[in-house]
Amino acid sequence: MSNTDFVLAVEDLTVSFDGFKAIDALTLYVDRGELRVIIGPNGAGKTTLLDLICGKTRASAGSIKFKNVEMTKLQEHKIVRAGIGRKFQTPSIYENLSVFKNLEVSFPRGRSVFGALGFRCTDEVRERVQSVADEIGLGDALDVEAGLLSHGQKQWLEIGMLLMQEPELLMLDEPIAGMSVRERELTAELLARICKGRSVIVIEHDMDFVKRIAHKVTVMHQGKILAEGSMDKVQNDPKVIDVYLGH
Amino acid sequence: MNALKIWIGKSGLGSVLILALIILVVFPLTMDLFRLNLVGKYLTYGFVAVGLVMLWGYGGVLSLGQGVFFGLGGYMMAMFMKLEASDPVTTKIQSTPGIPDFMDWNQITELPFWWEPFRHLPLALIAVLLVPTLLAFIISYAMFKRRVGGVYFAIITQAVALIMTVLIIGQQGYTGGVNGITDLKTMLGWDTREDTAKYILYFVNGGLLIGAILLCRWIQMSKLGTLLLAMRDKEDRVRFSGYDVSMFKVFAFCLAAMLSAIGGAMFTLQVGFMSPSFVGIVPSIEMVIFAAVGGRMSLVGAVYGTLLVNFGKTYFSESFPDLWLFLMAALFIGVVLAFPNGLAGLYESHVKPLFGRRKAKPETTAAPGDGTPHTSTGGKPLSRGAPISGDVQGQSA
Repeated sequence: MSNTDFVLAVEDLTVSFDGFKAIDALTLYVDRGELRVIIGPNGAGKTTLLDLICGKTRASAGSIKFKNVEMTKLQEHKIVRAGIGRKFQTPSIYENLSVFKNLEVSFPRGRSVFGALGFRCTDEVRERVQSVADEIGLGDALDVEAGLLSHGQKQWLEIGMLLMQEPELLMLDEPIAGMSVRERELTAELLARICKGRSVIVIEHDMDFVKRIAHKVTVMHQGKILAEGSMDKVQNDPKVIDVYLGH
Repeated sequence: MNALKIWIGKSGLGSVLILALIILVVFPLTMDLFRLNLVGKYLTYGFVAVGLVMLWGYGGVLSLGQGVFFGLGGYMMAMFMKLEASDPVTTKIQSTPGIPDFMDWNQITELPFWWEPFRHLPLALIAVLLVPTLLAFIISYAMFKRRVGGVYFAIITQAVALIMTVLIIGQQGYTGGVNGITDLKTMLGWDTREDTAKYILYFVNGGLLIGAILLCRWIQMSKLGTLLLAMRDKEDRVRFSGYDVSMFKVFAFCLAAMLSAIGGAMFTLQVGFMSPSFVGIVPSIEMVIFAAVGGRMSLVGAVYGTLLVNFGKTYFSESFPDLWLFLMAALFIGVVLAFPNGLAGLYESHVKPLFGRRKAKPETTAAPGDGTPHTSTGGKPLSRGAPISGDVQGQSA
């Protein structure tokens, strides 16, 4: 495959589970600094696509290049270290630990066994934790046990844990699911802020939210890309209307 | 002074101090030598239980084969002592003088080459520490890299325990077979059976155990401890935060193995023999029960659990020898069902609140930066199911 200027170049990606092709020869490019939203009906393969990019699921064929480096054969933690962060659909945080600890553990230093043994929480780490916590609106809640946070705050905390790693590509799976209207607004503002200097892929169902945040929208259907472009263009595409309203 | 108090409270050093007092002062003052030697023997199992707290409680990895490492440590100590006891003068009635008696009985005429290093105490001590750890590394690296975990891993450790027993019993000429290695008398000419030696060994053993607890406490308070807890509950989140989860599990397994081996070596020194009955499946499971009864989240609790179960075993098996195994099984089931965090869990939930109101204050004012994971020690019971299902998922992916 050719080298590109894109931060992420997915080409001819296929994965099949017992013959069923969850992702079928999919090609997708994401620009630097772009906020891309992926939409599509249930079972379209959106989450599977993120699983493939972050290495949770292994591709049957095709290539995933991040900054022109092949990712499909890499172990998960190496993909993360290369600069890809991923938020899971349900908030995946360490419920028993404080907000501070959750963020501290995500700081990208002391990642080996003995590195972790010798890791010290320096002022640099504390400052970074504080600034990320402020960014996600949890600056005053550092001592709170993460399990006691509201659902929306948990989602933010997980985004914050990713921000600690300063990834160049951030993948968020339904970040506003279960959030109140106010929380959605705050999340939209947060996303607008964090996509400066990095690329973000968001999977989302809420069309108003998508319209508000997306630079470009990709519509997936049955493991393939159905349409791609601005929200207006995509919304008026007859194929997309058919998939969403038809059947 | 106040800061020191807070720090001791947070790091849990107070409870370690109390345990150290009990082991190193109270027991020696109140017990006769026979009892004290018995306690010393129990405390060697304490090493295994402490290791299991790190591996099982913190790392979420259940091993039912810790007897392998306990036994290996014990056997290697025994090999050194046996060679010292088998000098050509004492063994001149043998057909081949200068080799251990059981080798002579099995028509072996030459010391096997892998026994040679055990002529030297430093080499033997290094082997006690390194060989079990290396074996643990090989087993756990092979398993965890392939994302084998949970029940599957537990079953494999059982198999290893079984293999080890069969191997030791089958290779009678090299290992002493089912009798084990017996008649151990001296270490560098120092008679370990004398009263003073028994006292000294008891204190060395107790001191090492306290040292092991402090080491584990230090690990728990480091980022590695936090990561172990985090991994147990949200393995994928840790993995996708850039950590090689398998290597952390390998570390926990090796740590537990090394501690068990130290326990085994101390057992040999204090009891004077080592046999396959401390290696197999049953002793391995017993050791898990020690940790479970004491509380698998509490280093100190695990030692109390070990002492309690073993005292119980000694008394009950004297009075009702047939019933003991049933009682032990009932105890294990009871612990898992009724108080999954063991004695330490009961203490946290029932005893501590009684005088905890005063203590609660300084804890909340503590700086967040170096907070300990104490919230989770007393927290909700941990589902052992979680890491297991995580691993199944990982395998199918």
